[in-house]
Amino acid sequence: MLSKRSFFLGAVGALIALGAPGLSRAQSTGGTVVIGSTQVPRHFNGAVQSGIATALPSTQIFASPLRYDENWNPKPYLAESWETAKDGLSVTLHLVKNAVFHDGQPVTSADVAFSILTIKANHPFQTMLAAVDKVETPDPYTVVIKLSHPHPALLLAMSPALMPILPKHIYDDGKDIKSNPANLKPIGSGPFKLTEYKQGEYYTLEKFDKFFIKGRPKLDKIVVRLISDPNAMIVSAERGDINIVPFVAGVRDIARLQKAPNLTVTDKGFAAIGPLNWLAFNTKKKPLDDARVRQAIAYAANRDFIVKKLMGGQATASTGPIAPGSPLAEKNVETYKYDVAKANKLLDEAGLKPDGDGVRATMTIDYIPGADEQQRNIAEYLRSQLKKVGLKLEVRAASDFPTWAQRVSNHDFDMTMDTVFNWGDPVIGVDRTYLTSNIRKGIIWSNTQQYSNPKVDELLAKAATETVPEKRKALYSEFQKIVVADAPIYYINQTPYHNAFSKGLAGLPTSIWGIMSPLDELYWATPPKQ
Amino acid sequence: MNLVFHIMGKLVNAAALLLAVLVLNFCLIHLAPGDPVQVIAGEMGGASADVVAALRAKYGLDHTLTEQLLTYLKNVASGDFGYSYYFNQPVLGLILQRLPATLYLAFSSLIAAVVVGTMLGVVSARRPNGLLSHGVTVLSLAGYAAPVFWTGLLLLLLFGSAWPILPVSGMANVVDPKTGFAYVLDVLKHLVLPSLTLALVFIAQYSRLARVNMIDVLSADYIRTARAKGIPESVVIVKHALRNMLIPTVTVVGLQFGNLFAGAVLVETVFSWPGMGRLVFDSILRRDYPTLMAVLFFSAVIVIAANIITDIVYRLIDPRIRAGAR
Repeated sequence: MLSKRSFFLGAVGALIALGAPGLSRAQSTGGTVVIGSTQVPRHFNGAVQSGIATALPSTQIFASPLRYDENWNPKPYLAESWETAKDGLSVTLHLVKNAVFHDGQPVTSADVAFSILTIKANHPFQTMLAAVDKVETPDPYTVVIKLSHPHPALLLAMSPALMPILPKHIYDDGKDIKSNPANLKPIGSGPFKLTEYKQGEYYTLEKFDKFFIKGRPKLDKIVVRLISDPNAMIVSAERGDINIVPFVAGVRDIARLQKAPNLTVTDKGFAAIGPLNWLAFNTKKKPLDDARVRQAIAYAANRDFIVKKLMGGQATASTGPIAPGSPLAEKNVETYKYDVAKANKLLDEAGLKPDGDGVRATMTIDYIPGADEQQRNIAEYLRSQLKKVGLKLEVRAASDFPTWAQRVSNHDFDMTMDTVFNWGDPVIGVDRTYLTSNIRKGIIWSNTQQYSNPKVDELLAKAATETVPEKRKALYSEFQKIVVADAPIYYINQTPYHNAFSKGLAGLPTSIWGIMSPLDELYWATPPKQ
Repeated sequence: MNLVFHIMGKLVNAAALLLAVLVLNFCLIHLAPGDPVQVIAGEMGGASADVVAALRAKYGLDHTLTEQLLTYLKNVASGDFGYSYYFNQPVLGLILQRLPATLYLAFSSLIAAVVVGTMLGVVSARRPNGLLSHGVTVLSLAGYAAPVFWTGLLLLLLFGSAWPILPVSGMANVVDPKTGFAYVLDVLKHLVLPSLTLALVFIAQYSRLARVNMIDVLSADYIRTARAKGIPESVVIVKHALRNMLIPTVTVVGLQFGNLFAGAVLVETVFSWPGMGRLVFDSILRRDYPTLMAVLFFSAVIVIAANIITDIVYRLIDPRIRAGAR
């Protein structure tokens, strides 16, 4: 029964694929796409809320000054052109003149200025716009952003995922913007407008007829179904009930989706997020305060084995603090290739002598619950692996995320598995892990390793304001070499995020922001069979 | 009149119990490790101490636990269940949106479980050592022993993937919404798998219960008398035995309500049923105290109400209990 069915589907698929070039011209607009998501959005206003759940709809609803292609190049969006002053202390945006909000009001420089200041004051990523002093609006279509110091990360911060342009006439009412009811009935100027939200069930985005880019969006409707169980999500995608499954991280789920004849599975579209999975050390706790011990652990863990075997080859290795997909990533760093002898030697040098049972030291390892393949399995593997060099690990399970976060943010740990995102520019997502000034008890994803190196602080400060790309790259290169050598963190892999798409879809979002960018180019080359 | 007094007494007890539930929930939830402000600050990727302090002040978390508890009780008394940290909405609205779906799922499963379970029990009681009876026993034990989310996943793979005849998630088709009678049919189709999953656990219990009680009742003197009078067996069973046999079932329905609710939460997660299950899950992970406390409170209200209703029904179907109350 099953095999007959799949044969039939396969045959139909092949026929459709053969006819696809002809059909693609016939069917380039209209239709509905169903996205499945496990992430329930708090609300739809990405100006005051980070994260995938909000960014996915927010980038459809709100337009932003710029957007990015697959090669990290900024492209015009609400700003048709822009220039940075020679001294790097101001950026001028020239807005398109035909953009309107979903309620018909024009998008002007006042809206952009209001949005930038709102984001600066409210967005979780405080470093993103910290350099913005004021925003001037010499005319309705010109915006001048004045900076306290050069801020090369600013252009990336103008991406849809980070800088939605809000309507000033709606939000400038003196109410707390984070709890403004308009966040649940958002009005933006993006390609789609929110028409319905059934809390915890689904939301519907419909084509905005007056979108300022002619001929876009191509789809009529996007329905995002909130599916709580990953298994139900996979089955729904195999059945064709769902056309896009974003952010699949489970390696078994990925393998299963790759086998589905009706789906295309890709790992493109996560370069800007830069999700890294790593082992972090508490550098203030003995014996991990000795870099040699941390390096020894890195040599004793076998990254190749983890990536190839534990993750079934679905994940790519990472060797440094900047994700491999970034143009700023430095490949030429110490990679801590598996070497038990070297690990033992380093531990001897650090004065950790084995006792009668061959145990040099005992320590704990924590992990974030809920992502077993990336976290718990590696923690368990490290326990057996480090035993070989005389380090006894006790795996400490946490019942849920807040329990783990409480321990790690309060520096009550020896080692922990962790997953941290780059968010495009190092200033936004990398610096926080290494700056001495960001050792802040009680805050997770700050510098909870308590790593402190004045040279690193200096390099990060310089790189944050360096406007010449080559010089900036060189500064980050040095930073990466130092940090990897100091080993406050042992880098393991990139979280193997994949997106699955129905085969008939074209214009897939493969830019650096992937599905967290406007889906205005997405269309059905071959419409699904109803 | 007695019944009215009895109900009044029950209501007073219920109010006291609910107050205890409120206090206990508050304490348990606040005793759990982890802190909502940390979760929110974590998303900020390096918030400053000022921001953390401001968040604490905003949600009243900077007061002592006793102060927070008193404020909470005062607010609840005036019908204010607080503001969700995570969903940025008043909690009451969130719950009222989700409650109907959970009740719908719980009641449909309950009815299915009682009707099917009782029928199976009655049938197998007639020949306690027959093949059918043993089959029902094995199946009910399996249904009872299997964890509800596992049964759910199994059904999901069976009817969603291997033999894809039923929808596996949500409450209705949202891409191509139906109206009128077609909508009702659509929702019923979506209801089948979650409801079946939940019912399977309880069918087991009701069929065991019905079987044992039926065997018991069938050996009673009045049944022998009825049979001796030449009354047909079907009449004996339906008219004479069933009513007496059902009393323990009614009691169990009342007692089971809490379990049913807990099961519904798990089933909702597997099948993305838009009830309170997901809400509980999300609020636990975010330490969204107000939402969590309100969900638990409303669940307690429902369970207590179910118990009171059971008590009343019990009195109505069994005159002996009414007599005893006098």
